[in-house]
Amino acid sequence: MTACLVFLPLLAVVAILMGSNPRRTTRITTSLMLLGGITLAALWAMNMRDGLAIDPVVLTKPEIRLGFDLYDGMSVIMMLLSVIVAFAASRTGDCEDRHSRLWNISILLIAAGAVGAFVSTDLFFFYAFHELALVPTFLMIGILGRGERRQIAWKVTIYLAFGSIVLLAGLLWLVAASGSSSLSFDELLRTSIPVEAQRGISLFLIVGFGTLVSLFPFHSWAAPAYASAPAPISMLHAGVLKKFGLYGLLRLHPLVPEGMHHWLNLLIVLLIGNILWVGFVTIHQKRLDTMLGNSSVMHMGYIFLAFAALTEAGSELANPIAQPAAILLMFGHGVTIAMLFGLADRIEHRTGTLELRDLGGLAGKTPGLAFLFGLAAMASIGLPGLANFAGEVMVFIAGFKGWHHGDPFGWLQLATIAALWGLVISAVYMLRAYRSIFQGPGVQATREAGDLTVTERPPAIFLAFVLLAVGFFPNLLLGLIDKPEDEAVIDLQAITTSIEPAPGTTGLNSRQPATGN
Amino acid sequence: MLELLAWLLLLLPLFSAAVIQLWLKEIPGPAVRMSIFSVVTTFLLTLILLAGKDTSTAIKWASAGSFHIEIGLLIDDLSKGMMLVVTGVGMLVHLFSLGYMKDDGAKARYFGGLSIFMFSMTGIVLASNFVMMFIFWELVGFSSYLLIGHWFQKDSAAEAAKKAFLVNRIGDFGFMIGILMLWGLFGTFAFAEMADGARALSENSNTVTGIAVLLVFCGAVGKSAQFPLHVWLPDAMEGPTPVSALIHAATMVAAGVYMLFRLQVSAGALLFEGFAGTTIMWIGGITSLLAALMATQQDDIKRVLAYSTLSQLGYMVMAVGLAGDHGGEAGMFHLYTHAWFKALLFLGAGAVIYACHHEQDIWKMGGLLGRMKKTAITFAIGTGALMAICPLSGFWSKEQILEAAHHENPALFWLAIVVAALTPFYMTRLFIVAFLGQARAHGAKEAREVPGIMLYPLFALAAMSIIAGFPSIAGKLSPAFHHPEHAFNPTNPIFLISLAALATGLAAGVLLYRGRDSDPLAGNPVFRIFRNKFHLDELYLVLVRFCQDTVAAVIHFFDEFLIGELIVGGLARSATGLGNVFRRLQSGNLQGYAILFGAGIILVIYLTVFAR
Repeated sequence: MTACLVFLPLLAVVAILMGSNPRRTTRITTSLMLLGGITLAALWAMNMRDGLAIDPVVLTKPEIRLGFDLYDGMSVIMMLLSVIVAFAASRTGDCEDRHSRLWNISILLIAAGAVGAFVSTDLFFFYAFHELALVPTFLMIGILGRGERRQIAWKVTIYLAFGSIVLLAGLLWLVAASGSSSLSFDELLRTSIPVEAQRGISLFLIVGFGTLVSLFPFHSWAAPAYASAPAPISMLHAGVLKKFGLYGLLRLHPLVPEGMHHWLNLLIVLLIGNILWVGFVTIHQKRLDTMLGNSSVMHMGYIFLAFAALTEAGSELANPIAQPAAILLMFGHGVTIAMLFGLADRIEHRTGTLELRDLGGLAGKTPGLAFLFGLAAMASIGLPGLANFAGEVMVFIAGFKGWHHGDPFGWLQLATIAALWGLVISAVYMLRAYRSIFQGPGVQATREAGDLTVTERPPAIFLAFVLLAVGFFPNLLLGLIDKPEDEAVIDLQAITTSIEPAPGTTGLNSRQPATGN
Repeated sequence: MLELLAWLLLLLPLFSAAVIQLWLKEIPGPAVRMSIFSVVTTFLLTLILLAGKDTSTAIKWASAGSFHIEIGLLIDDLSKGMMLVVTGVGMLVHLFSLGYMKDDGAKARYFGGLSIFMFSMTGIVLASNFVMMFIFWELVGFSSYLLIGHWFQKDSAAEAAKKAFLVNRIGDFGFMIGILMLWGLFGTFAFAEMADGARALSENSNTVTGIAVLLVFCGAVGKSAQFPLHVWLPDAMEGPTPVSALIHAATMVAAGVYMLFRLQVSAGALLFEGFAGTTIMWIGGITSLLAALMATQQDDIKRVLAYSTLSQLGYMVMAVGLAGDHGGEAGMFHLYTHAWFKALLFLGAGAVIYACHHEQDIWKMGGLLGRMKKTAITFAIGTGALMAICPLSGFWSKEQILEAAHHENPALFWLAIVVAALTPFYMTRLFIVAFLGQARAHGAKEAREVPGIMLYPLFALAAMSIIAGFPSIAGKLSPAFHHPEHAFNPTNPIFLISLAALATGLAAGVLLYRGRDSDPLAGNPVFRIFRNKFHLDELYLVLVRFCQDTVAAVIHFFDEFLIGELIVGGLARSATGLGNVFRRLQSGNLQGYAILFGAGIILVIYLTVFAR
């Protein structure tokens, strides 16, 4: 069942290559994916989880399985995010006919790669599908990008290749250290990795995954890439594909909790770099597209903060808020940034420019566009009632989870405070941009602009609906995440591990932190 | 049943706003009716709840394991009294807007904005826990952004809206840290459970608790426009005047005071002992004095009222900070009386502006008493209440604040007395210049009485300004704020001192401004400082330029050239060199490389793993 979601877009690619109409095929495929994704999530929510998985063995030594399943709530939510953004992205932007095949095949491949990575139950395919999705990203920037496209494409390729290779090294080391004969997550999670190895592996994972998520200081590829790439690619990459790194960190964290904990302070410094440093960089931007690109880099810091809270606690049991907070924020941010990039493209389509100082008074001409963009902008700066806020507020709560009176503030609390100041920073740049694009008297560039057409509206309205639904009812998504265990079990485990701490080892069912304090 | 009504009270305005935004944007008639229907219904619901008993209800909003964030409604005397103010003033402002915004092209958007504002404000008042209060706190900031920026085509309005939002965000930065700290200290977000948590705190954690309270207070400094974050409120006068009456007189700005008092009654007044309470009362006191001084030299009728609002809010915050001797109740009582008469003054100003063809400079008015008698009389009543003339409503609450100040902190008491003299001074100036004498401009000469739909709300507010403070009435409408032990006593020295202050301010105003055509104090260097608002706006502009834009530019430079070019760029260049080799091997184009890259990576991982 789950596998269909991955193979459907790949089949569509084949169909396009064999001559079917690229645009229509892509739109039908992403609609089917959306339907399928929602159906799967509904089945998952109703606990009808049998028969969703396949895992044929494709290789026996070591054992690699082409396994697809809704592995847990996080998989389900990321899968939903992928199909939602793919649906909107395939309906955004205009391309010339001669590029139509490349354009649509790229969208389908990225969608397939993202969904594939999120529902893989095997480390090999988890990595491979992400790589699959990266290739069309490079191509689209290099061939159809704006500005210095070849140079930017190179920069992105090199950064991401660097990240991928570091990550690959980390993953190989992880497999080797675990001694597992299989690469499936289930098997890996049954193993335990010595603490010394965990440290090295964790650093590779942080740098590797971190580069893919534009963790400071490996972030400078992101903003130019998103500014240059065609709108659907920015939407899919910033909205979905980039979350692969965070997803990976959260997914593999149970394997290397002590190792990650070792690098906690580094992680905190880097994420503050994302929030404050890149935040200031964002304030300085004079173009909407680079501003949005930088803002998306900045907001990754909040998700890293949730990851840091999880790392500090050592396990999901010790800080049950951190991981759901991260997942919720990944989802909210993905939808928001996709919507913003999509609408920014529509603004440029009308006015021919994204320079803030050349724009003004657009709201008077295009009230519909102004409303939708305003909604997305407000979501991005954390207005309650829209998805991001719920995630953000839970991240902050997770950051203060371990603090009680009598304690001094730890690094995590200080980072949370820095992140809260980030809310002021993002309000500054977002409202400034909104002010100079939509408000004030009209200017030359906006004089002739007309409102969104009937075909332009649906993707944005759809994303707005998702933001509002999750913003008002975050439990719609949070309910998909399995509760760690009920409280009695947690208490029992806490007692057991405090009596008998397993030094330097972790396993699936005794994930209490040895270094959690 | 009551719970159901409470949910309806919260959700009806949201429903109204949603319907207007989705379906009625192009048809103002039904949009206006929807919004009015919503606000009148919520007012009636409030009256029903006022007669009913206390209750509470909650649903889970966001859950993670055993942790839940709840959306809950707390119906008690405090929230009921506050809801009466919010929906009462809100309803009258809606009605007044019918006339004031009659010819506005974006009337549907305006009434939709009012509805979303009512929803947000109701959420703050009924919130059962701090996270929920923060949620609606942010929403109030957002709705005020919408309403202040209603005429967004005007640069000044767009800037003012942005400024209000940003300044509030700065306050909310502290507010959220405070909320998180109190969560760590009390172990709960819920107001109903705070008392136990507060009791359990040991003596020696007073410093931490005090810091947490002060951080929470930051939220109030933003929302209630206290020094040094007061700068957004006068600029917010760019919004339509009824909006100023609603959010800058009665509701939004009062939210900060309400939140502090909610914390005080939930966790105990002991929380406000020590340096936290002292800081709060002095911030309030300083705000009330500075704002009153600035108000003496404003020429725009709405700005005089704006600074007067700041000053009165300072009074309330000071009272809540005094905490002991029912200072908090006195502050809330003043909030309640102030809401009616300040809304009256703002709407009265709106009527005057409307009649004078959108003239706001009081020196271009004059003689309005003869031309718009009814408006002028209601305005006089509001002025009297603000000056605290016995027995108008402002008098009762101001006496209580003075009494609490006298009891707790003599220095603040004298500061409050100075403010009590400044208030009648600048209000006398405003009234004499705008309403008496001769018309000094064309607009004022042509001014005619406003239509009934604008007058009736003024009458209702005037009635409330007269009677709302009487102990027998206040005790029924707002039992939570009213403390009968402060019974009025004419031989009380405090009363005599405040009476003297009132007389001084009134006399000075009359003597200076009667029959004048321009401000005799305008050339005075001291008063010029007041006129220029102590140059605080300019100072902030410099600070923002430096701290934000310059720092941003410097960091951007380093980001571009240090991280982008030197460190990672070096890495990239060496890799590019490698890439060039590949490129030569391949057909030399990017596609080839990218495909090779993708395929290669997969091959490499496969072989590496296989080889083991």
